[in-house]
Amino acid sequence: MAVVGAVLRRAAVSRPRLRFAGGAPPRRHAAHFTFQADPEPTQYGPTQKMNLFQSITSALDNALSRDPTAVIFGEDVSFGGVFRCTVGLRDKYGKDRVFNTPLCEQGIVGFGIGIAVTGATAIAEIQFADYIFPAFDQIVNEAAKYRYRSGDLFNCGSLTIRAPWGCVGHGALYHSQSPEAFFAHCPGLKIVVPRGPVEAKGLLLSCIEDKNPCIFFEPKILYRAAVENVPVEPYYIPLSQADVLQGGSDVTLVAWGTQVHVMKEVAVMAQEKLGVSCEVIDLKTILPWDTETVCKSVAKTGRLLISHEAPVTGGFAAEISSTVQEECFLNLEAPISRVCGYDTPFPHIFEPFYIPDKWKCYDALRKMINY
Amino acid sequence: MGHCWAQFVCLFVPSPPFQPSQGCLRQQEEFTSLEEKPQFPGASAEFIDRLEFIQPNVISGIPIYRVMDRQGQIINPSEDPQLPKEEVLKFYKSMTLLNTMDRILYESQRQGRISFYMTNYGEEGTHIGSAAALDDTDLVFGQYREAGVLMHRGYPLDLFMAQCYGNASDPGKGRQMPVHYGCKDLHFVTISSPLATQIPQAVGSAYAIKRENGNRIVICYFGEGAASEGDAHAGFNFAATLECPIIFFCRNNGYAISTPTSEQYRGDGIAARGPGYGIHSIRVDGNDVFAVYNATKEARRRAVAENQPFLIEAMTYRIGHHSTSDDSSAYRSVDEVNYWDKQDHPISRLRHYMAGRGWWDEEQEKIWRKKSRKRVMEAFEEAERKLKPNPLLMFSDVYSETPRHIQKQQESMERHLKQYGEHYPLGLYEK
Repeated sequence: MAVVGAVLRRAAVSRPRLRFAGGAPPRRHAAHFTFQADPEPTQYGPTQKMNLFQSITSALDNALSRDPTAVIFGEDVSFGGVFRCTVGLRDKYGKDRVFNTPLCEQGIVGFGIGIAVTGATAIAEIQFADYIFPAFDQIVNEAAKYRYRSGDLFNCGSLTIRAPWGCVGHGALYHSQSPEAFFAHCPGLKIVVPRGPVEAKGLLLSCIEDKNPCIFFEPKILYRAAVENVPVEPYYIPLSQADVLQGGSDVTLVAWGTQVHVMKEVAVMAQEKLGVSCEVIDLKTILPWDTETVCKSVAKTGRLLISHEAPVTGGFAAEISSTVQEECFLNLEAPISRVCGYDTPFPHIFEPFYIPDKWKCYDALRKMINY
Repeated sequence: MGHCWAQFVCLFVPSPPFQPSQGCLRQQEEFTSLEEKPQFPGASAEFIDRLEFIQPNVISGIPIYRVMDRQGQIINPSEDPQLPKEEVLKFYKSMTLLNTMDRILYESQRQGRISFYMTNYGEEGTHIGSAAALDDTDLVFGQYREAGVLMHRGYPLDLFMAQCYGNASDPGKGRQMPVHYGCKDLHFVTISSPLATQIPQAVGSAYAIKRENGNRIVICYFGEGAASEGDAHAGFNFAATLECPIIFFCRNNGYAISTPTSEQYRGDGIAARGPGYGIHSIRVDGNDVFAVYNATKEARRRAVAENQPFLIEAMTYRIGHHSTSDDSSAYRSVDEVNYWDKQDHPISRLRHYMAGRGWWDEEQEKIWRKKSRKRVMEAFEEAERKLKPNPLLMFSDVYSETPRHIQKQQESMERHLKQYGEHYPLGLYEK
């Protein structure tokens, strides 16, 4: 909470000072989550304190350093990126390896596919996940199907698309979206969302080296808010493997990205207020997702709550829910609960009411426990 | 996509540690002069004190480069590429072999033996002329009406047929519709149906090839209809700003299915767009294989040397139907089609040229027709006899590895076929 608060206070300071007749000015709503750092990984050598954007830079730095074919491109990446994720890389590796493109998302992804088709490593940035839709055709019809349709004569496996993702407090309709479910319906892609700096670096490096086109969504609200001790050297966290962050026996909570931290708080609340033991799972990879870890957990707890920021209808929770119901029918003791965004566009001033915060999750959990 | 994000960025980045000059590759002029000279960063131009709109020049457009006339006579000897006899004969044989294959496969579709086909009638010259001007390792991205490029590179008839039949010999494993060819060894990237998607991809490949310093280029073919897609805009602009060694080759054949060019664009065709992107551009007679060859040869030479894109618009006419699912008499006259078929055809023009040199005569024509037809028919019959690939090939190559959930789906289908196999055409497929 402290770190998030600092960012918001700084944000408030940078705004013009207004006088309010009623005395104290209205304060922005507090952050909806408390970031909980992972323990420091010791097995990969020396670590450094990094926030999420710095751990992304570190991964990109490692990737460019190890792979002379690797290039990074997108809108405004050259000066360091609007979220500072590529700071210093152009100076270190040259402007033919870290460069701006024209402002055109379908071009960025098509261009990246073309680089990958030659076997070189292409790391494309889409400035906000909200603006990935102009590239939907290149991603779904082209990138995802390249290997299959050519009988493996050609592929674009060395393509990774990074994009800032998720709500940010005041991003409204086009700086808040969580579009993972749109892509989850597309065979051939991998979709990954990290929950913090250590995860982000290890998962991003895995995406970059994976032999399939990957979309890596970075929870932008964590860029500065989340700080952890991150190994300086490259390391890899496997794709398609969920993490059981906290063991429990009464209910399974599944989420990804920022929402994992909400789930962790809900688990504490459930323990304190209801004496309920929650198993918290970070799914991490949306496609292909780790069915086994989730089903194993539900077979044990008998209850499942899935939560994501994206709208509920057609959201990825529906896929998880349906699969778990098929696999764990005899174990389920209550209907699976989905606590998600509402089926509306993502609003500006109503964000505090829109997001599936810990109180909404807690209440759904409480009702599920009492079922 | 417009992003009104400046304010947001400021909130998150209170003191950006960068100098404005670092971000600019193109240095702006210094603000030392007080003269009345424009200082706008977006363009380099003089002021003008009269209100004047720039008029598009569509009545008298970019001229069409030509080397030989309709009777196969070289018009300007200094433009004659003076290709040796063997090479010209290879041009002719590739074009006519493609034409023969087109006729047989078109008929086979009419008889329901293959599901779909698209002919290349009238555009054979654009394929062969351009392919011949490339190095064999130059990477080709196409749309779907460029089979002649593969033919020129020696793609076996068996494999053309294997793809159309989706039989067990198809390197594409029978997954795509007919005429979606691809060949890794011949550097011909597998065709896909979505139009123009290959254009920005080709640019990315050209960028990577430039970084390899491999003395190669990329050529990217597309029709004038595909040029209306957003991806065409993306590709042209990226190629220019990122200085990529690529040739954009537009086949302007007058129609996108039923849509005439008057409903496709209002400018001076596609060539006129090139300069707007800062791309060197030329328009050629697409029925003149030497004009196509010369333009491609020079564009290739300069693209390699200068790392910049070139645009060639080959004017031609789509003599055949758009595809076997189309009857073009529903939207254009038979007379129009006949004109191009009989009076101005790339094959007959090259035949005139060869006859003029004494390189070809009626007798040779007869023999070659018979021989090429025999070769195509043999490949055709063999392709038809072959089994389709094992149905389990449906599940591989979705990813480089087969994920657990797809493995389970494959096992599920196997179990299903064990029980219900008689309801499926298993006999036509390899086991």
